[in-house]
Amino acid sequence: MTDDQILIAVKKVVREIAPEADLDTVPRDADLRQELDIDSMSFLNLAIGIEEQTGVSIPESDYARVTSLNDLLGYLRQKAA
Amino acid sequence: MPSLGADMDEGKLVEWKVKAGDTVNRGDVVAVVETKKADIEIEIWEPGVVGELLIEPGVTVPVGTPIARLNGAAPSVLPPPAAAGAEGGVEAMVLPPPAGGGTVGGNAVRVRVSPLARTIAQKLGVDLGSVTGTGPGGAITRVDVESAARAPMPPTEPPPAGGGRTLEAAAPPTLDAPQPPTEPPPAGGGRTASEARQLAMREAIAALMAKSKQEIPHYYLGSHIDLTRALTWLESENRGRSVAKRILYSALLIKAVALAIHDVPEMNGFFIGGEFHPEKAVHVGVAISLRQGGLIAPALHNADTLGLDEIMAGMRDLVNRARAGVLRSSEMSDPTITVTNLGEQGVETVYGVIYTPQVALVGFGKVIEQPYAEGGLLGVRRMVHVTLSADHRVSDGHRGGLFLAAIDQHLQEPEKL
Repeated sequence: MTDDQILIAVKKVVREIAPEADLDTVPRDADLRQELDIDSMSFLNLAIGIEEQTGVSIPESDYARVTSLNDLLGYLRQKAA
Repeated sequence: MPSLGADMDEGKLVEWKVKAGDTVNRGDVVAVVETKKADIEIEIWEPGVVGELLIEPGVTVPVGTPIARLNGAAPSVLPPPAAAGAEGGVEAMVLPPPAGGGTVGGNAVRVRVSPLARTIAQKLGVDLGSVTGTGPGGAITRVDVESAARAPMPPTEPPPAGGGRTLEAAAPPTLDAPQPPTEPPPAGGGRTASEARQLAMREAIAALMAKSKQEIPHYYLGSHIDLTRALTWLESENRGRSVAKRILYSALLIKAVALAIHDVPEMNGFFIGGEFHPEKAVHVGVAISLRQGGLIAPALHNADTLGLDEIMAGMRDLVNRARAGVLRSSEMSDPTITVTNLGEQGVETVYGVIYTPQVALVGFGKVIEQPYAEGGLLGVRRMVHVTLSADHRVSDGHRGGLFLAAIDQHLQEPEKL
């Protein structure tokens, strides 16, 4: 997947979980869960959506590696390669 | 006018889906009713022929008011409402408000369109019939309406400022809560539909919580529980699962509370009419915060009998539907005890307010790694502070303490949950 494809996929999933949020206004290095007010159920839904969109399964032990949008995109870039 | 769970004392008929003379079957949608929280499609649970439509669209009536008559209805499977009984084979098409703690059997309702989505659809000239809902249960959300509007031509205006979630779920069940103010929020007072809805929800929560604080002599107990074993077990369990099958630790907490009720049953039930009515079934109200503010605590039915996978699936379903405003009335009126987990917000200790007429609420705080001494050894353990808010008219601190101890005990054996 290209970087753009990954970003589009992530945006699509976020829109489903937090329809009112605008990912473009979230600082790329800010904590996504805080910025989007995502609880553990929503975060799990995010992980499920990301797997559906990108094929990348994020294990729980890697949650700490995908806290910000930059982290998440980097992680997916690496895993989806 | 059916009570749709919630803090609903009145409802506005938005539109009739049937007319006099129509034959209706169980499950048919007969009307759309606007509550403070969402538009709800009213389904009929009796077959028959629609007689007279008693109120016009746009009219707001109190809960319990007959809104139509249904001819040739079979004997009602619902308890007849006090305000409207059968009259010579003609039965009022009205569901009773949920009696204190009782359930309104099977009168499931579902939301398809939020008021906000409807308003925006009118503003943008979108035919709702042509919009495919993508919300839970196929609910049409604001995003759907805006997408539909955008389809032919991109909008030239940004979405309304402060816009948020399209659908708000109903407020916590009040059952016999005092009547909220009957005055509607000032129409057109510069508020957006979303703001008006949030105001309505705040009023509903205020009424319920004020009643609780005024009437229930709360007592509060707290206990630190070592979750290390449970979390370690869960992490191991989740490693072998696909993402979609993972279990959140909240599921363990809910199951442990549900099982602990078997040990201390006086935490489960309702205080109505000056006495405690214990409930055998354990319907755990799961407190869910809504994205745009407010909260709701719908029932996870028979939680004590469910496996963790079922609890997880039930929680996911409730969270998704609560946040889209697609709850059923039974879920609103059934909880026999409530569990709230505020740990994710960083809260260490919850001092909960009981959802009257329930008699207990269990709160969980944040899981924190702490130095912990046990058996003369110091180690780092993952701890959670669990609190109990309970009704002193029903139980005492001693029993409350046993209840917390039972929760602890169940959490030490996660494989048995």
